[in-house]
Amino acid sequence: MDGFNIDLLFKIAGIGIFISVLNIVLKQAEKQEQAQMLTLVGVVIVLLMVLQLINDLFNSIKTIFNLF
Amino acid sequence: MEIVQVIGLGLIAAVLVIFLREYRPEMAMQVSLVAGVIIMLLVIRHVAGAVQAITETAVGAGVNLVYLQTLLRVIGIAYLAEFGSQVCRDAGEGSIASRIELAAKVIILVMAVPVVVEVMESIMALIP
Repeated sequence: MDGFNIDLLFKIAGIGIFISVLNIVLKQAEKQEQAQMLTLVGVVIVLLMVLQLINDLFNSIKTIFNLF
Repeated sequence: MEIVQVIGLGLIAAVLVIFLREYRPEMAMQVSLVAGVIIMLLVIRHVAGAVQAITETAVGAGVNLVYLQTLLRVIGIAYLAEFGSQVCRDAGEGSIASRIELAAKVIILVMAVPVVVEVMESIMALIP
């Protein structure tokens, strides 16, 4: 479980670096709109991954503290 | 040696965040959020054991379980609200962070009302 979690951290950082590189390439090729779309898509993908993790956290806190 | 894991995770996350903040501030924010969630998940398992022990002690002492449950819920809400408001504050949204704290305070107040009412009733019963 822990290995998977730390994998997620590296995955998000990798996506960030990858997208910034692609962004530079697209900007050099004068495709500003597509660079913008790429940024948006990257943020949404990462947000989906983060949401699952936050859901895990909320569920465990809910079960531990009897929150309903 | 859980603390070593937590420290290592925090340092790695800090390096990644500093690197990403220059190019992708939104990704940097997500990385710091994920690091916070992972550290919370690592630590929250031990809280479960402590809560279990406290509950057993309370049952042994004959304390009404409703009070203990209210207390635990308040602690849980406080943890969650603290987490959320810190994430918002990290992202530079201080006003949303204070709204989250305000909401947590209101919800805790609502949850504490039955206990307060009970205290008031016992005081009323004492007064002739």
